[in-house]
Amino acid sequence: MSAHANTYVPKSRVAKWFESRLPLVGLVHSSFVAFPVPRNLNYFWTFGAILIAMLMSQIVTGIWLAMHYDPSAANAFNSVEHIMRDVNYGWLLRYMHANGASMFFVAVYIHMFRALYYGSYKAPREILYILGVIIYLLMMATAFLGYTLPWGQMSFWGATVITSILGAIPIVGETIQSLLWGGYSVGSPTLNRFFSLHYLLPFMILGVVVLHVWALHVTGQNNPAGIPIKSSKDAVPFTPYATVKDVFATVVFGIFFAYWIFYQPNYLGHADNYVPANAAVTPAHIVPEWYFLPFYAILRAVPDKLGGVILMFSAVIILAFAPWLDTSRVRSSNYRPIYRQFFWLFVVVTVLLGWLGSKPPEGGYVIAARLCTAYYFLHFLVVMPLVGLFETPDRVPDSILESVTGPGKQVSGAGIPAGAAAAPQTKG
Amino acid sequence: MKTTRLLAASLLAATLSITTASAEAEHGAPQPPREKWSFAGMFGRFDQAQLQRGFQVYREVCSSCHGMSLVRFRNLSEPGGPGFSVNQVKALAAEYKVKELNDSGEEVERPARPADAFPSPFPNDKAAAAANGGKAPPDFSVLAKARTFERGFPKFLTDAMPLVGYTEHGVDYIHAILTGYEEPPAGKEVPTGTYYNKYYPGHLIAMPKPLSDEQVTYAKNDKGAPVVPETTDQYAKDVAAFMAWTAEPHMMERKALGLRVILFLIVLSGLLYYVKKRIWAKVGGEVHGLQPELHKTY
Repeated sequence: MSAHANTYVPKSRVAKWFESRLPLVGLVHSSFVAFPVPRNLNYFWTFGAILIAMLMSQIVTGIWLAMHYDPSAANAFNSVEHIMRDVNYGWLLRYMHANGASMFFVAVYIHMFRALYYGSYKAPREILYILGVIIYLLMMATAFLGYTLPWGQMSFWGATVITSILGAIPIVGETIQSLLWGGYSVGSPTLNRFFSLHYLLPFMILGVVVLHVWALHVTGQNNPAGIPIKSSKDAVPFTPYATVKDVFATVVFGIFFAYWIFYQPNYLGHADNYVPANAAVTPAHIVPEWYFLPFYAILRAVPDKLGGVILMFSAVIILAFAPWLDTSRVRSSNYRPIYRQFFWLFVVVTVLLGWLGSKPPEGGYVIAARLCTAYYFLHFLVVMPLVGLFETPDRVPDSILESVTGPGKQVSGAGIPAGAAAAPQTKG
Repeated sequence: MKTTRLLAASLLAATLSITTASAEAEHGAPQPPREKWSFAGMFGRFDQAQLQRGFQVYREVCSSCHGMSLVRFRNLSEPGGPGFSVNQVKALAAEYKVKELNDSGEEVERPARPADAFPSPFPNDKAAAAANGGKAPPDFSVLAKARTFERGFPKFLTDAMPLVGYTEHGVDYIHAILTGYEEPPAGKEVPTGTYYNKYYPGHLIAMPKPLSDEQVTYAKNDKGAPVVPETTDQYAKDVAAFMAWTAEPHMMERKALGLRVILFLIVLSGLLYYVKKRIWAKVGGEVHGLQPELHKTY
C-alpha cells in the first residue's frame, strides 16, 4: 500500500487534521477505492471478498458461541446441546459456525484452484501466494481444533488420530504430543487447550490476511489473461466496479451458505459426533471432515506411519514451491494447451483422493489412493517443470484491453464465464 | 492432450470399478426403507398428533430403559413440538420424581417441575450397563441425529440437493430397527442376550424386540376406533418421529426462517445484479497507482 501514490484528498478540517497524523483513510482509499483492477477479471476473482466475509462470519458466530460453551470433557457435549436447545437462536449460531467452516473451505479451494489455473503464483506474486498457503495451513489447524470442541465420538477419535500422527515425528514428536494432550492421552486438558488455540488461530489468520491483501496491493491482481496492467485502459478503479461485483458474488454465495445452514445442517458433519466422546468405544470408521479427506487418503496410502505423515505434510508444503516448479513464462492456462489438460487431471485426482479418503483403507481403495497420490506429486515435481519447458503456448494478447475487445477474444473466451466478458464496452 | 484426457477417464473408471467391488462387501445389512415423514423436505412440519403418540410410546415402552436427559418437560409445550398445554406439562412433570439436596444437605425426592429434565431410568451409565447385559441403552435426546447409514454413490450426492434432498437417515434407521426383528436365517447362530435384527449392522442386537401390535392403546376417535392402527409399524413411526423432534426441537423454526432468509437473499442478489450491470455498462474512471515499472522486469 505504501508503494502507491496516495491520491486521497481530505476535505473537512477534521479529516485533514486526522490524515496528517495517521493517513489511515488515505490507505483505505488507495487500497479499496482508487486501486486499479484489471478489467477482465471473471467471477473466480470474487472469492477473496467471499473469504473475508466467511472469516468475519466465523469470528462473530464463534465469539457468541464461546459465551455459552464449556470446554471441559464432562460438560462440552451438553453445553453444545444447550446452545442448540436453549440459547436464543443458538441453533442458528452453531449451524452457521459448523457449516461456515465447510463453506470457508469450499471458497478457499475455488480460490486456490483459480490461483493454480491462472498462474497467480508466478513472479512477482510469490510472497502473496506463499502467504496464502500459510493462511490455508492456519485454516486447517483451526478447523481441526474446532471439530474437537463438541466432544463427540468423532471429535475425540479425530483428536486421538491426529495427535498420534504428530507423535510420529522423530525426536520432537512425543514432546509435541504430550504438550497438546496435557497428559498421557486425549482428555479434558486437551480439550481446554484446543479451545484456547481455536480462539487464538483465527486472529492469526486475520493478521496474515492483512499481509496477503497488502502483498496483493503491491503487485496488483493477476487476471484471466495473466498479463499485467499496462495502461489505464486495462484497468478500472476498485470502487465501484470491483466493489459491486464482490458484494453481488458474496450475496450469491450467501444463498448457497444459507441452504446448508437451514436445510442440510448435518450433511457435512458425522452422525457419530452426536454420540458423546467415549474413550472405551472406537467408531467403526474414523474419518476427518470432508476438506481434509484428500490429505487423509495420502496419509493412509503409505504403509509406513512416519512415511505417511511426511507425505501428507509434503502435499500441503509442496504448494508453496509452485512458483519455482512451474517453468512456463506464460501465466494463464488459457494460453497453455498442454498444461491445461494436466491441470484438469490434477483437479480430478484431488477430488478422487477426497472420495478415497472417506473410504476404509482396504483392497481397491488403497491401490486407487496410491495411484492418485503418485499423480498428485508428479504433477508438481514433473509435469509443472517439464510441460513449461516443452509446451508451445498459444498467442498471448498484447494487453488486457485486447483480451477483452480485440483479436485475442476467441482465445481467452474459454476460461472466462459470461459475466466477466459482459463488460467489453470501452470508455467513450 | 487427448492422451491426458483419456488417461483421466481411464483412471476414473479404474478407481470406480475397483472401489464399487469393495463397497458391496462393506454393507452387510440391507438399507433401511425410506418412509414418508411429514417433517421431511424444505417445507416439512412435525405432525403434532404423531409427536404426542410418539411420546406416549416412549413413556409407556422405551422409557423403562432409555433416558432422554437433554429434553425438559417444558419443551413439550414449546412451539414446534408436540404442543401439549402448559397445564398438561405441569401435571405430567408432577408424576415424575427428581432428586435434589435440601437445606440440610440430604438428598430428597420431590415432584418434577416443567423446568426439569426427564429423569433417566438408571442412576448412571454403569448401572444402566450392568442391568442391560454390559451395554448402556443409548439416550434418546439426540439419537435420531447420531444414527445413519451409507447410501453410497451417487445417492450421497443427490441427498444433499434441494427438493430431492434426504436428511431423515437416522429416523428411517430407527424405524427400520424397531420393525426389523425376525427369525434368524438357518445356520445363523444367535447367542443368548442378543436378538436377530434384519437392519442392525451385524444383525445381532442386544435389545429384545421392544414393540408388538396392540401393545400401546392410542386415543379413540368419536366412533370408538383408534385414529391410527395400533401396529408395531405405526408405533415405530410415531416414536421415530418423536425422536426426530427431541433431536432437533427447533427444526420447524429453522426451515421457516431458512425460507425467508433465502428468498430475501435471492431478491437482494437480483437487485445487486442489475446495479452491477448498470455500473459496468460504462467502464471508466480514474485509476491510480499503476506500477508498470514493477512488471517490466518480468
